[in-house]
Amino acid sequence: MASILTNLFDGVAYGMLLFVLACGLAVTLGLMNFVNLAHGAFAMAGGYICAVLVNNSGWPFFAALPLAFVGSALIGIALERTLYRHLYSRSHLDQVLFSIGLVFMSVAAVDYIMGSSRVFIKLPAALEGQIDLFGVGIGRYRLMIVVICGLLTLALQLILAKTRFGSRLRAAVDDPRAASGLGINVPQVFAFTFAFGCGLAGLGGALSAEILGLDPYFPLKFMIYFLIVVTVGGSSSITGPFLASLLLGIADVAGKYYVPKVGPFVIYTVMIVILLWRPNGLFGRTAAR
Amino acid sequence: MTAPSDVSSHAMASARWRISEVAFWVLALGCAFLFPSRYLIMTDIVRLGLFALSLDLILGYAGIVSLGHAAFFGVGAYAAGLLALHGIINEPVIALVAAGLVAAVLGFLTSFLVIRGVDLTRLMVTLGIALLLEALAERFSDITGGTDGLQGIEMQPILGLFAFDMFGRTGLFYSLVVLFILFLLARRVVHSPFGLSLRAIKNNPLRAAAIGVPVNRRLIAIYTLAAFYAGIAGALFTQTTALASLDVFSFERSADLMLVLVIGGTGYLYGGLIGAVVFKMLQELFQSITPQYWLFWIGLVLVVIVMVGRARIHRFVLFVPNLIIRQLAGRKAAVAVPESDAS
Repeated sequence: MASILTNLFDGVAYGMLLFVLACGLAVTLGLMNFVNLAHGAFAMAGGYICAVLVNNSGWPFFAALPLAFVGSALIGIALERTLYRHLYSRSHLDQVLFSIGLVFMSVAAVDYIMGSSRVFIKLPAALEGQIDLFGVGIGRYRLMIVVICGLLTLALQLILAKTRFGSRLRAAVDDPRAASGLGINVPQVFAFTFAFGCGLAGLGGALSAEILGLDPYFPLKFMIYFLIVVTVGGSSSITGPFLASLLLGIADVAGKYYVPKVGPFVIYTVMIVILLWRPNGLFGRTAAR
Repeated sequence: MTAPSDVSSHAMASARWRISEVAFWVLALGCAFLFPSRYLIMTDIVRLGLFALSLDLILGYAGIVSLGHAAFFGVGAYAAGLLALHGIINEPVIALVAAGLVAAVLGFLTSFLVIRGVDLTRLMVTLGIALLLEALAERFSDITGGTDGLQGIEMQPILGLFAFDMFGRTGLFYSLVVLFILFLLARRVVHSPFGLSLRAIKNNPLRAAAIGVPVNRRLIAIYTLAAFYAGIAGALFTQTTALASLDVFSFERSADLMLVLVIGGTGYLYGGLIGAVVFKMLQELFQSITPQYWLFWIGLVLVVIVMVGRARIHRFVLFVPNLIIRQLAGRKAAVAVPESDAS
């Protein structure tokens, strides 16, 4: 029983991590209708920024995390302004090709700069080991992930629902033409959102180095997971991708633990079935464009 | 009643063989004789060309974007490998067709999943199917050999006459013949009324349905045919290299294939073949400059192609050849511009 709960907790932590990693993609792919297969590259960038700061420069882990966010966001906005924005109106095929090209470049560049082996981030001692909660062993690191990601999710939901920027974003997504007619600077809103999503991915990348592993092939390995989160979760709200990430996380951890041989098989099958059953995702609609 | 005859005469005119096409195949055959030391890479190019031709059928003519075309390549490769390994079908040509048919069956079954939904769903489903097959091949490692791949495949002589030699001479001519036959078939198909209806579907499915084209049935048919082609390409891979490993299903293979087709251009059948030549040469070049990091340059090529625009690049590249053709054959001569690009 205790092991089931521990696994469940691990699954929740994993799922929340996936959510932070993928929620930026939910905006670009789900709302802006841009097929960005290179989302994992931003996560990898954040992970490596954090790794370099902590391991080489001796920064404390918690100080490096915000910088992973900022670094990835800066890379994101630079690429958005120079490259991505020209492709919003292009065909899906062009977007796929472009982002695959970016993935290849990032993989080779990181391999060149950082080497091809897996990188570990030195964690503070306070995050190692397990604590015992009502007889259930809970990893401290995973607990921290759940806390951080939970807070982030709440903050995101509040920003989207309550702030002026949130309503601008929703308006820009629902109908870009009408929104710009109302005086909303749509490209600016999209650029900012894109950068924010990249920053979140970077933060997720830094947090996930311990759990998912960080190496140059990160963007390729986890691309399908991010895509699953977004396509299965739909994009009408932030709740859909969140629930989809939790489902995916729990299913993946449980699959790897209980049926190690057929784990990936189950996930891909479930994904295909869900996509066929509800092409717009389990929890809602996609932007009608 | 002039409209139907107009359409058919137009279709017949565009189906006529052009001088440039004949020149292309003569050149291909010439290369096979001229460079006896480069058999292996030329075989590689022919295989890749056939594989790209298969993607062109669905992408360039039917407008289906696939990120998992390696699924059929892999199935064909493993089918050919298993047939040869267990001595079920020893004759390579029959085994080749059998492997293609296995892939076609898979293509037929999965086509029902693929024709539903829009671009994004198709991308995900095709990618998912390829990943699924890769996971399956890894899971049933007692059949597929797992990460080590199928080993110890011995190929019998083709038609009992031509044995595979270590220089790859037989392999090259075998692949070239297979490519040519399948190309003729594809050419016939895309210039037939069936092929024209596919283009109608690609341009506007709703309108195509309104004028009486059975959209779903046509898409299923072409998807199955493309799977057959990809399966043959995979089987050729196994037969000429005597190897089949898990990476036949890999995402990189599907992604590279996209690049090949994009370099060559979609929708005129030669795109895949030309793209395969250019891609392999680029790969050789990059690998000789930076053996470990050539992926970076391939990625850069992709990004640049998209940023500059595919149509524009093809116009630049074809400017000189078109000029020469016009000078030689007069103003009205057909030019080697791709007729349409996938959108």
